[in-house]
Amino acid sequence: MGNIFKIAIRNLLRYKRRTLLTTSLITIGVVFVLVFISISGSFKSMMISQITDSMLGDLQIHRRGYVASIDNLPLNLNIGAQDHKIVETLLKQEIEVEAYSPRIKFGGLFSNFAETTNIRLNGVYPEQEFKTVPLLPSRVKEGRKTLNKGEIWVPELLARGMSIKIGDPIVIVATNKDGSVNGKQFSVVGILESATGPGGRDGYIHLEDAMETLRMAEKEISEVAVRVKNFNQVNAVTQKLENTLVKKVNPKGQPVFEVHSWEKLSPFFNIARMIEVMTFFIKLMLIAVVLISIMNVMIMAVYERIREIGTIAAIGTLPGKILSMFIVEGFCLGAIGVIVGNLIGLIIIFIINLAGIKFDFGMQKDLVLSPTIAPHDLLTTSIIVILVSVMASLQPAFKASRMEPIKALRHV
Amino acid sequence: MCCKDEVFLKGEEIMSLIEAENISKDYKGGEVNVRALKGVSFKIEPASFVSFIGPSGSGKTTLLNLIGCLDKPTGGKLTIADTDVLGLQRKESASFRGQHIGFIFQDFNLIPVLTVYENIEYPLLMVRNTPAGERKRRVETLLEAVGMLEQKDKYPDQISGGQKQRVAVARALVTNPELILADEPTANLDSKTAYTVIELMKNMRDERNTTFIFSTHDPKIVGEAEIIYTLADGELTGRQVKGGENNG
Repeated sequence: MGNIFKIAIRNLLRYKRRTLLTTSLITIGVVFVLVFISISGSFKSMMISQITDSMLGDLQIHRRGYVASIDNLPLNLNIGAQDHKIVETLLKQEIEVEAYSPRIKFGGLFSNFAETTNIRLNGVYPEQEFKTVPLLPSRVKEGRKTLNKGEIWVPELLARGMSIKIGDPIVIVATNKDGSVNGKQFSVVGILESATGPGGRDGYIHLEDAMETLRMAEKEISEVAVRVKNFNQVNAVTQKLENTLVKKVNPKGQPVFEVHSWEKLSPFFNIARMIEVMTFFIKLMLIAVVLISIMNVMIMAVYERIREIGTIAAIGTLPGKILSMFIVEGFCLGAIGVIVGNLIGLIIIFIINLAGIKFDFGMQKDLVLSPTIAPHDLLTTSIIVILVSVMASLQPAFKASRMEPIKALRHV
Repeated sequence: MCCKDEVFLKGEEIMSLIEAENISKDYKGGEVNVRALKGVSFKIEPASFVSFIGPSGSGKTTLLNLIGCLDKPTGGKLTIADTDVLGLQRKESASFRGQHIGFIFQDFNLIPVLTVYENIEYPLLMVRNTPAGERKRRVETLLEAVGMLEQKDKYPDQISGGQKQRVAVARALVTNPELILADEPTANLDSKTAYTVIELMKNMRDERNTTFIFSTHDPKIVGEAEIIYTLADGELTGRQVKGGENNG
């Protein structure tokens, strides 16, 4: 086999310019794909982590029917105290769960004693919430990154519109599920940067303040946000929790709970999918480039070397060996393109990281682009290119191996 | 060459290396059927130095292609080294050529990306799978025999036509085949070089008992051949044995 490689490499070096052009084309294709995958991957993971780590959590547990009416924040579809205990017990037992945070979500009136507007609020246990969505404190643009009872984090746009400052007293007025109205005064301790996606413009208060505002006799939870240890396992954990919770049924025999991963809760999952589709098409383009360029070169190589093929066939070289000679030539073209492309691609990715390119995503400003390429992406791209190179060489190689030596020797 | 003798000696009688019986070959050229060989029969013994002569279109190259298992006759029987070569399949033909036949081409047909050494080594490496030590020994012996040892690292485009043909002779001989077929081997060489190459081939025959068969117009080769078959219009019209019987 080593000799077949030696002959293949020498034949490639024989037509230096053509080899250089073809490998350059493959190299450019590989570089383009790697840089695209790394940048789009960086954008995608940043986008997902912004959504899951600062608002949503990796998955959420609701009472059945809540998600369908989520825009109304229906208090009558909260999880009762007993059911909440079931959920808590389950989450504590599940080793894949890193943290969870119960939330009471409700809408109310926000007043600074001069003006009044609407506000959506999350009642949370700050410690649990910060463990579940660790980027949440980083969204506090002004003020304190901790939240105690009697304090509120106000969304940035609302604070700007109503000229709210840190330390200002405000009043929250809300209607509970029985229809009675109650108000409670809070002190503004933080201005919260808006985030793109559901819940990105909500205010935060302590869960016990939420219970007090809504006059809850016992804890009624709107949702439980969950953070898993390994993000790649989100769907598996979601399924596992769902399989367990589905067993808890109401008197009508219907499941009490519903479990949704972030993908089902955020419209940005579609953008993530779009990036994946684009990556697929970019890979498809790479395949086309490699296929056409290598096929072209190998067809030319066979055509130009017909007499040589006739000679080696006459000498007694078996058809299989002639076939492998040309396949190895195509393989080498692809492999050289892959090696050089991978090297250049990695250097470009390194340079982009060094340059610290910043971009804005929705309301988030100055996000730093930090492209990385996973070894499996590198491997997949390389394998695709090499496989396509071999496939592109098959037809010309087959033609060479099937050539009648007598006809080949007569070729002028 | 003891083994060859064993193969081709049955009792006291010397077996033929090649036996052609009533060989014919037709080519289809559009609507017209061209008969290139018309019932040719002959026997060639081991270690012969044979030349097929005749004008262009007489069927010399066609006959050489048939003997070289590069083509198949339309009719007749052809046995080479005790093998009925007409029954060989494509892959078996290639294998048979690699085991029994060496080729020398008019245009030398060296592989341009391989050095002189590697060109000679090629059949041992890619056809015979000979071990490295044995390869080196055989190639160096032949390089010395054909006077190309000093040029062994040069590529074909760095040596002269005569040198190329010497390399081609060495390549054909390196596997110790029973038979070497040479189609117009001196056509692209000047007189002096042609004589050198013919001399070389004759010496190799003497040393190795290899049978050489030429198709040629070249009077130099004809003059050196020991058996001369004359072909005309696809028929064998004469057989001349130097210092022996003449038929025709």
